[in-house]
Amino acid sequence: MSPDFLKLIFGRLGLDSLPLHEPILVGTFAMVALGGITLLAGLTYFRLWGYLWREWFTTVDHKRIGIMYMILGIVMLLRGFADALMMRAQQALAFGGSDGFLPSHHYDQVFTAHGVIMIFFVAMPLVTGLMNYVVPLQIGARDVSFPFLNNFSFWMTVGGAVLVMASLFIGEFARTGWLAYPPLSNIGYSPDVGVDYYIWALQVAGVGTTLSGINLICTIVKLRCPGMTMMKMPVFTWTSLCTNVLIVASFPVLTVVLALLSLDRYVGTNFFTNDFGGSPMMYVNLIWIWGHPEVYILVLPAFGIFSEVTSTFSGKRLFGYTSMVYATVVITILSYLVWLHHFFTMGSGASVNSFFGITTMIISIPTGAKMFNWLFTMYRGRIRFELPMMWTIAFMLTFVLGGMTGVLLAVPPADFVLHNSLFLIAHFHNVIIGGVVFGAFAGINYWFPKAFGFNLDVFWGKLSFWFWVVGFYLAFMPLYVLGLMGVTRRLRVFDDPSLQIWFVIAAIGAGLVFLGILSMLMQFAVSFLKREQLKDVTGDPWDARTLEWATSSPPPDYNFAFTPVVHDNDAWWDMKKRGYQRPLTGFKPIHMPSSTGTGIILAGFATAMGFGLIWYIWWLAAASFFAMLAVGIGHTFNYHRDFDIPADDVVRAEDARTKLLVGAK
Amino acid sequence: MNTDIHAAHADDHHHGGSHAHGTFSTYMLGFVLSVVLTAIPFWLVMSGALPSKQITALVIMAFAVVQIVVHMIYFLHMNTTSENGWSMMALIFTIVMVVIALSGSLWVMNHLNSNMMPIHQMSGMK
Amino acid sequence: MTIAVNPSQAGEPVFYLADEHPHPEGYSTSLGFWIYLMSDCLIFAMLFATFGVLGANYAAGPAPKDLFELPLVAVNTSMLLLSSITYGFAMLTMQQNKIAQTQMWLAITGLFGLAFIGIELSEFAHMIHEGATPQRSAFLSAFFTLVGTHGLHVSCGLIWLVTLMVQVWKFGLIEANRRRLMCLSMFWHFLDVVWIGVFTFVYLLGVLR
Repeated sequence: MSPDFLKLIFGRLGLDSLPLHEPILVGTFAMVALGGITLLAGLTYFRLWGYLWREWFTTVDHKRIGIMYMILGIVMLLRGFADALMMRAQQALAFGGSDGFLPSHHYDQVFTAHGVIMIFFVAMPLVTGLMNYVVPLQIGARDVSFPFLNNFSFWMTVGGAVLVMASLFIGEFARTGWLAYPPLSNIGYSPDVGVDYYIWALQVAGVGTTLSGINLICTIVKLRCPGMTMMKMPVFTWTSLCTNVLIVASFPVLTVVLALLSLDRYVGTNFFTNDFGGSPMMYVNLIWIWGHPEVYILVLPAFGIFSEVTSTFSGKRLFGYTSMVYATVVITILSYLVWLHHFFTMGSGASVNSFFGITTMIISIPTGAKMFNWLFTMYRGRIRFELPMMWTIAFMLTFVLGGMTGVLLAVPPADFVLHNSLFLIAHFHNVIIGGVVFGAFAGINYWFPKAFGFNLDVFWGKLSFWFWVVGFYLAFMPLYVLGLMGVTRRLRVFDDPSLQIWFVIAAIGAGLVFLGILSMLMQFAVSFLKREQLKDVTGDPWDARTLEWATSSPPPDYNFAFTPVVHDNDAWWDMKKRGYQRPLTGFKPIHMPSSTGTGIILAGFATAMGFGLIWYIWWLAAASFFAMLAVGIGHTFNYHRDFDIPADDVVRAEDARTKLLVGAK
Repeated sequence: MNTDIHAAHADDHHHGGSHAHGTFSTYMLGFVLSVVLTAIPFWLVMSGALPSKQITALVIMAFAVVQIVVHMIYFLHMNTTSENGWSMMALIFTIVMVVIALSGSLWVMNHLNSNMMPIHQMSGMK
Repeated sequence: MTIAVNPSQAGEPVFYLADEHPHPEGYSTSLGFWIYLMSDCLIFAMLFATFGVLGANYAAGPAPKDLFELPLVAVNTSMLLLSSITYGFAMLTMQQNKIAQTQMWLAITGLFGLAFIGIELSEFAHMIHEGATPQRSAFLSAFFTLVGTHGLHVSCGLIWLVTLMVQVWKFGLIEANRRRLMCLSMFWHFLDVVWIGVFTFVYLLGVLR
């Protein structure tokens, strides 16, 4: 066959695109392939495909979509953490003339992939998953505003993750750092597919994120149950609202900046080039207009989780609810006024730097207010040190530390010294792990019984907790030291042997975190095996305060047999206090949205289109695009998108719960 | 039975006027206003009627702002009551974000350009 | 909603609705679509910002004065304005349940939209023919991207318009179709608002520069 013909069919994809020369990747591929085949064979053997397709892939139930987000986040955490372990090992070894075990070509991909995966495909799915699961329950709704869109958003996020994972074995990932600054990411300096993988993975996932943001805003605004005024919403719902506002207001910026970069790469425009009037600095400016709100997108829901957990496990109403809400709103607005602190050293001058330095420091005020609110909630509370509460306390200690180093970095002259050093790395891991990851784990431990009907095992949970916390401090405190000594980020080899000890300590810390992750997986497995023993029949295992605990664990498809009516901030607490009697009769049919496969099909085509564009397989890109258009338009011709759950089914589900509740007493 | 409820609800929506629709006269008013507000800036620029470019620029920007407001009111039917004020809230928030991001970018990049100019411009600053 | 939230007559607090009506279909749609438009607004804002920052970087290439023909832009603007008012008429006739007239106004709107796209494309073709390609300078990159993105939106609006005409033809002016026409109306008028920014900041201020 002629090379031209092959090029038409396969674009620039060829046999040499497969990383057969890299033993690490070949080994990984063998393991992944083996695991994948086992999984697929198992699914086929146990005839689970139909079940998965009907009950999970095509579901529009916000609870199942939430759970799928969490699974995606945890799977991608394993990948992202493998990258972290490789980096820590490389940096601990590459001293005294040793080159370590990662060639620079591979090492640069590893640190880029680590950042991209951890932010976009671990932190975002975990946060979105929790919001998806909890918010409709907390506001007494039956589902989100646009259930089909929710399914579509999820699969778009998966599509992005699939592209990133594909880059591991087909071609390569970007070698540019997680924000792909030009001119390095321009076609002249990164001619291969890495940056294209980066662009299209983020664009595909970004569409999903934006749509799910719109969806959740509408849900919170329109579907609150009667009586739940804005100032009676649970704090987690409030922080979710603000987070989704930030998503809708910032992800379009990412879309634009990546689109401009791809125009530079594909069409040859001059937005971020060095010549013809382009300005690479404009890219940095634009991407941080998205990038800074992004960190608040991640951490605000975590703040909400900590608020719920603190008041539940202190047995007290949250201290300063109003100030908590206002602090959240203020953070939302302020997060838009600080983006330049990521590039103080770019050279905008003293007035610009002072403005952004000051706004950055101001953010610590509402955040500090929140911290005091949590402390005052605990004060004189009857604190129960369950797992969610333990994560919360670890968060408070860790996050304050990270926040203070953040204020330090907000001082422009100090930033000139610390910019791009390991001090910065230590700082943002300190706030993201201490805030977002601990928050997600607190949330998982807190809401797991709600989602699955049984508690998580405490022993493995505590083990995981201690490994994580100790491991975190061991891994990142040395980086603060190294950063102050002037070590910059993303280095592969080191000359000064006196630094090695710090990197060794950090590597040990990463190892401990790895044990923490393994313990967490063990925790899930053990809890599943002991599920009868750990069973929660009450629906309210923590004696909690908000509405999601009013229904059964796991909640029925329709969430609440009757839409609740709310009189108080802590709605469920109020109901328990005032002798609420669960209704036993009078059930009616419930109107619900029906499942649809359109979301996964559309996302599949979007992913294929991305793949085609990455490899210059133009026919595939065009065909997928038109297929997407056709399926999308075809979907709008379906006017019957919902059905009624018959009253009999509701009666059956509610009677089963009644029996369980009686049995519990 | 269920469809009846739906229809009733739909009717409520129409007569309740929860989202304004506009009438023939409001559409026409909006149209005439926007034609005028478009024509004047074009004429100002094409004829050079105003003495200075700065003044022309300011005037046409003012016209643009007014015309955007006209479109918002007469074509997009914006008001403070639709969706219980949430539409307006979203709009105001968006405008704030747009102003911050636009003016911020211009400010930052402008400062950058003037601070990082090539040597020949710096030489004047000795 | 007209559901009593207050404690019932016996003084007992009510904790659930014994008799509830589901939210009508499309209950959140107009708000959701509005929020989508706001996010789209930010896309355009960033393109405007890019144009604002890079718009004077001609790289010794052609400047707005050499390229823009204001009469043509004026004609194009009038196409979009006319399409706005005809869409308005479509909405008015829709409220009176006149299917044929609604379809007619929709078709006219589509034709104006098509004319707009046609003029824009011929303008682009002319510029490219003269060597003012998107690759020529940062100014031209920003220009083509900003104006082109608006044109792309109008094109999407046209595809949507045709789809809706088919749906109205097949299913009539049912509630769902009315809602969709309402959303497209918002989209169409929103593009108008963006165009005000484009002709003011790109064309008029460009020629003034």
